[in-house]
Amino acid sequence: MNDRAWAATRKGLFELRRRAGGWQIENLSFVADPVTMLLPPDDSGHMLAGLNLGHFGAKLHVSDDAGRSWREVAAPSFPPQPPEAEGPAWKLEQVFALERAGDAIWCGSVPGGLFVSRDGGESWRLDETLWLDPRRVQWMGGGNPAPALHSICPHPGQPQELLIGVSCGGAWRTTDGGRTWGLRAKGMRADFMPPELAGDENSQDPHLIARCRDVPDVLWCQHHCGIFRSEDNGASWTALTAQPSSFGFAVAAHPADPRTAWFVPAVKDERRIPVDGALCVTRTRDGGETFDVLRAGLPQQHCYDLVFRHGLAVDESGEQLMMGSTTGGLWASGDAGDSWQTVSAHLPPIYAVKFG
Amino acid sequence: MALVEFTPQLRRFVDASSCQCEASTLREALDAAFAAQPRLRGYILDEQGHLRVNVAVFIDGRRARDPRGLSDPLRSDSRIHVLQALSGG
Repeated sequence: MNDRAWAATRKGLFELRRRAGGWQIENLSFVADPVTMLLPPDDSGHMLAGLNLGHFGAKLHVSDDAGRSWREVAAPSFPPQPPEAEGPAWKLEQVFALERAGDAIWCGSVPGGLFVSRDGGESWRLDETLWLDPRRVQWMGGGNPAPALHSICPHPGQPQELLIGVSCGGAWRTTDGGRTWGLRAKGMRADFMPPELAGDENSQDPHLIARCRDVPDVLWCQHHCGIFRSEDNGASWTALTAQPSSFGFAVAAHPADPRTAWFVPAVKDERRIPVDGALCVTRTRDGGETFDVLRAGLPQQHCYDLVFRHGLAVDESGEQLMMGSTTGGLWASGDAGDSWQTVSAHLPPIYAVKFG
Repeated sequence: MALVEFTPQLRRFVDASSCQCEASTLREALDAAFAAQPRLRGYILDEQGHLRVNVAVFIDGRRARDPRGLSDPLRSDSRIHVLQALSGG
């Protein structure tokens, strides 16, 4: 079980450690600066943090000592924008996803770009096949005015294969390291689109996609219009229904059990608060046929915490969970969500939580 | 010589010393400052070479008019202030 976790917040990057008495804040980096995403350290202590300095742009920092010290490196950047280019400006707004796959690190961004680094994050290259695909300019914003590439799911054992998710641009897969891409969102439904486009794969709004590590053909998606699951590596998706709501942003996939995943429901969709002001996590252990509603230890009265898409994480054992909210609540579970302990009730707004 | 001065808020992130230079446009003046401090460029301009939307530039007391082209003309003794626009938090 992991004994270290991270919370990227509007006012810095918190390192958390599990001690005898529970999870505690160990260290704070980038105090007062917004940290939008992190890549937890590898065995050597190498890690990345994406910052979004309100005035001065999106930045990327590297640590070689697991977050004790940092140095700025060149953030991913877009090539010169041709005058005739349609769609959002070719400008990095935010580092929104970071994942390792083999010797590569992949970075997803607002506005919908995918970048790869082969040197540990020191330099980045835009995946131009995806960026120049004519379908890309049909993507829409979802929450942000510009599209957001938020999910990067590497395939264990297939280092050239990735499945990505875009709000709103569906799910896509490459099997050759990004040289070619295909849509992978059949079965998702977008009820915010005109009826004739509700099934259009390129218009879907997957809020987050998570892969089962040990059974990688199984993928889970918390979508704007509900929960979807795939058993065929994204070739087809099946809608699932959870109570008290199928709406939300986050999903965590059990690393070993392909039938188990967790979600954080909210009122759909403009209101975006916990149902009845009572925070809960839903968990399925049977592939989405039924869902447990887990409330023990979570605030049940006048709670207006929303959990962003990267705000829920499961560790490598599948037993520990951590969840951080827009209003700075941070909770941990050591029993797969059955009960929760408050790590802090007053952190800054939490953008992302990761173990590792 | 034109003088470019940067908000002291930048010093938390990057060297942002003032810069004296011969320049006839805002872009020439900023390029001179970036030549001395390359990392500063990404804090003031985005990757398309446009002024970041939350950065404001004043030239001799007037706000710069061309945040994308940076073509605003300078006098030989212009004073340029590069500031945070009042946004963020």
